[in-house]
Amino acid sequence: MSFRLSYRADPGNPWFSWQYVRDNSDTILAALRDHTSLTARAVLVAVLVALPLAVAAYWFRPLAGPILAVTGILYTVPSLALFAFLAPYLGIGAVTVLSVVALYALLVIVRNALAGLTQVPPEVREAAEGMGYGRWGRLFRIELPLALPGILTGLRLATVSTVALVTVGVVVGRGGLGQLIFGGFQNNFYKAQIMTGTLLCVLLALVLDLLLAGVGRLLTPWLRRRSPT
Amino acid sequence: MSPIEAAVVWLNDPLNWTNPGGILDRLGEHLSMSAAAVALGCLVAWPIGLWLGHTGRGGGLVVLVANLTLAVPTLALLTILPLTFLGFGRPAVVVALAVFAVPPLLANAYTGVRQADPEARDAARGMGFSGWQLLRRVELPLAVPYLAAGFRTGAVQVVATAALASFVNGGGLGQIIRAGFGLDIAVGGGQILAGGLLVAGLAVLVELLLALVERLVTPRPLRTGRRRASRRAADAVAGA
Repeated sequence: MSFRLSYRADPGNPWFSWQYVRDNSDTILAALRDHTSLTARAVLVAVLVALPLAVAAYWFRPLAGPILAVTGILYTVPSLALFAFLAPYLGIGAVTVLSVVALYALLVIVRNALAGLTQVPPEVREAAEGMGYGRWGRLFRIELPLALPGILTGLRLATVSTVALVTVGVVVGRGGLGQLIFGGFQNNFYKAQIMTGTLLCVLLALVLDLLLAGVGRLLTPWLRRRSPT
Repeated sequence: MSPIEAAVVWLNDPLNWTNPGGILDRLGEHLSMSAAAVALGCLVAWPIGLWLGHTGRGGGLVVLVANLTLAVPTLALLTILPLTFLGFGRPAVVVALAVFAVPPLLANAYTGVRQADPEARDAARGMGFSGWQLLRRVELPLAVPYLAAGFRTGAVQVVATAALASFVNGGGLGQIIRAGFGLDIAVGGGQILAGGLLVAGLAVLVELLLALVERLVTPRPLRTGRRRASRRAADAVAGA
């Protein structure tokens, strides 16, 4: 009787197991590294494309409508469909994952950056003009710094959702931690593996978010005086 | 044959539509599980959001819920929930999808009640409305545009996410894409692309349809400035 009880108290499929983490630390770390690098590269590419787009939409107002409309429609397209559109052309692998994920991040960043730019008070803009700033000087010295809070909000949102989105990459075999989660599901529903992948995913999102928030605080010291948040 | 031609050929085969597990079957599954998930999400999020907005507390909670669900991968929820007491099958998938419908529904319900004109609220109080009457007869009607906007965002999100249910064999149109990936990409490319078109088309269609509904349920005087209002609600979700 006692034997059966102890057998029941020790199920073979726990939700978390240090044993699993220890035994598979290589695989887990490799997945984490892959996930982090995919996220970082995607967000970097997205920023490099999104900021010029936002500035273009800000300078040439007629462009703002179409850019926002296109990004809005693209955003309703499900991630799996986007994978389906790109995979036949880009093949199976990291390039497809990067393109899909960067596209979504791009949309978030463009919208927030444009919102930040349009929130620059017109008085400030006129004052800068009166001081003799040209278009580029005004952009880099006045408008972009003032739009930084909006840009950073977009960047943080994009990063967090990118971390979650990379997992869908399992469909082309490069899902980072998603590979771990999905592998656990296929591998006789091994809960410890699924849970480890999920926790690392959430943790990675949290760490990157805090990191960006910290960078934002350093870059915008003038906001700290106004509000203590 | 290019993938696009292959996709056209695949879509033109009537058997691909009517076979068991064909497009029509998958479409039915997709819509029924999306509808169930949205209904569940509304049932949970609207009462809470309206109440929080009415009492004016819990704004932090709304933002927290939104940020948390943003960080949790859909794939993780879809694989974890079947292993809990929910068991494999439809209920687990529906709950997983409903979780992603909650943030927009909740945030918009909360913002919708909060933005009600304070003067209207004071006037109602002065007329002797109780708290419950105030919520039901003043704040709720004024919040309708927000509720509709939240419903649209949430529903589109669910329809889009439902494609991922195919990872756990939950059915839906995503299954077509997954099956295509299961073949070699050279063979299944057409099917993958066709599935992608179907999934994306459905999402855009639902978006347009609900945008129309949103416009219809919004009383004319409330229509102006709605765009600004929905952006403010989006900012509330974004935690800005």
